[in-house]
Amino acid sequence: MNWLALRMLTGDRSKYLGLIFGVTFATLLMTQQVSIFMGILTRTGNQILEVRDADVWVMDNRVRYLDESPGLQDTDLMRVRGVPGVAWAVRTYRGIVKARLEDGNTRNVRLSGLDDETLVGAPREMIVGSLEDLKRPDAVIIDKAGYEYMWGHEPYQLGRTFELNDRRAVLVGVCQVAPPFFSDPIIYARYSQAARYVPLERNLMNYILVKARDGVDPAELCRRIEERTNRMALTGRQFFWKTVRYFLSSTGIPVNFGITIALGFIVGAAVTGQTLYLFIVENLKQFGALKAMGIPNRGILWMIVLQALLVGGIGFGLGAGLTAMFFIATGKMTQLAGLHMTWVALLGTGAAVFVIVIATSIISARRVLTLEPAIVFRG
Amino acid sequence: MIATVARPSPPPAANRLSEQAVSCKGVTKEFGANGTKTLALRGVDLEVLAGQLTLLVGPSGCGKTTLISMVAGLLNPTQGSVAVLGTNLAKLSGRHLVEFRAKNIGFVFQQYNLLPALSAFENAAVPLIITGWSRAKAFAKARAMLATVGLGHRADNFPSQLSGGEQQRVAIARALIHEPRLLVCDEPTSALDAQSGQTVMELIKQVAVQPGRAVIVVTHDSRVFGFGDRIVEMSDGRILAGGEQ
Repeated sequence: MNWLALRMLTGDRSKYLGLIFGVTFATLLMTQQVSIFMGILTRTGNQILEVRDADVWVMDNRVRYLDESPGLQDTDLMRVRGVPGVAWAVRTYRGIVKARLEDGNTRNVRLSGLDDETLVGAPREMIVGSLEDLKRPDAVIIDKAGYEYMWGHEPYQLGRTFELNDRRAVLVGVCQVAPPFFSDPIIYARYSQAARYVPLERNLMNYILVKARDGVDPAELCRRIEERTNRMALTGRQFFWKTVRYFLSSTGIPVNFGITIALGFIVGAAVTGQTLYLFIVENLKQFGALKAMGIPNRGILWMIVLQALLVGGIGFGLGAGLTAMFFIATGKMTQLAGLHMTWVALLGTGAAVFVIVIATSIISARRVLTLEPAIVFRG
Repeated sequence: MIATVARPSPPPAANRLSEQAVSCKGVTKEFGANGTKTLALRGVDLEVLAGQLTLLVGPSGCGKTTLISMVAGLLNPTQGSVAVLGTNLAKLSGRHLVEFRAKNIGFVFQQYNLLPALSAFENAAVPLIITGWSRAKAFAKARAMLATVGLGHRADNFPSQLSGGEQQRVAIARALIHEPRLLVCDEPTSALDAQSGQTVMELIKQVAVQPGRAVIVVTHDSRVFGFGDRIVEMSDGRILAGGEQ
């Protein structure tokens, strides 16, 4: 019976390829869009995840996401350091400033002011230069994507100068970090140096990075800090998801991607369903003849489901392969950095494809199952 | 014309030459709902004996196809009973009826109904594969069966590569391969030219008609009437002549 089902399916090449194309296209669209969607959402909180040496972020209670951060008072740092379970706590600054290049062009850049002594939150991977060089006067480090954004594909040139809010900045290193949501360059400087680049603010420090003592649960530490300082304290993971939720609820990103993903599902279901349905309808007499010859309804149903599963499996494999090729081909493009095929997207799409092929095969099979085998005697 | 046709081995129960294969008693069939009821059969009594070629003839719409659909277990009568090979079909459950059909009844259709994706020998092997034969054994027997109907040299061809007459011969090979005790043919010559129709009927007469096997051919083609051992004439849902032995 399996052999019969597969021969019937592959015997009609155009329909067979049409079915596979439908599933492949749907898989490509859904996997690629879901992966990009997840990648972009991850990018919204990448700067939080990049800080791996601290467990807890302390911030103003009104913060909704990373870039929206009212300043904290210096006394907050002292109070946090006094909370039991805190191994250490350092100040940090995250904000946006204006950079002016040698040719007079300006760019917005994301400035990270790192604690002068410890450099907590500094990038982990340097491409050229050294973190120690940050201690030199006017020294800054820029991320790779930011370097290309500001100077194109020029070779890395340490020592080049530019201005941040009319103050001199000297490039001492280029680092590799996960890209942020916006494609602005990320610039790292010592906290005291960053203070010179930021327009005068009463409270510059907007985050406190905290390390929990060994054996202290970071979530419990957050609770203690909030209790004693009346400031919001979140673990890195919690802050990441808070930022992601902000972008989900406050921007058109989820709606737009949701529409594209739904379209992929609908187009895939429509193309696959229609082609499978036509395939069944055109073979109605053959199925009727098989029923007359002694294949029971459950046998016919299995044949159709098997055909659908084969088409779904091949189409899904091809679609997933094409998505992987897309991300391999675009993996080195700076503006698409951080976007890759995720296993969640692959699993979700697999489930969607399974639903599509099973549902359409069952809908199509109804025509055959309700078919009177006597139809074969009608010319 | 089929010059040298080897006769296949006789089906089981070959010794029962004139056994009653089909018995219909008072069969009535209604189609449609209350307002648009159509009476396709009006109390038909029919007996068909094994070892004979019975022609069921009559004009279009007289109920021939409805009657053989019931004989083949594909339709249920509204009233009356249909017994095939001694089994009252109404007493078989759905699954048992399907099994009964697969084992005992062969079909030849007006439009052949071959599977276009399968070659001639694969098409002929389908009834065996349905009943659980291995593909290798089924294919070997199918090739032999095609040789029996004079198509051994076209066994690897697909239906689209065969003429109408050749396709109908493949359909006959498919209908006989599992050695059924009842062969039901619905207008087997109506889609063929006169020469091919003649060839197909000669084949049915020589190969299909066996002791222990009943053959019913529905036709309105008067050119083939000469092949019948018995002719049952129908009109307006009734049997006019030849219904009982």
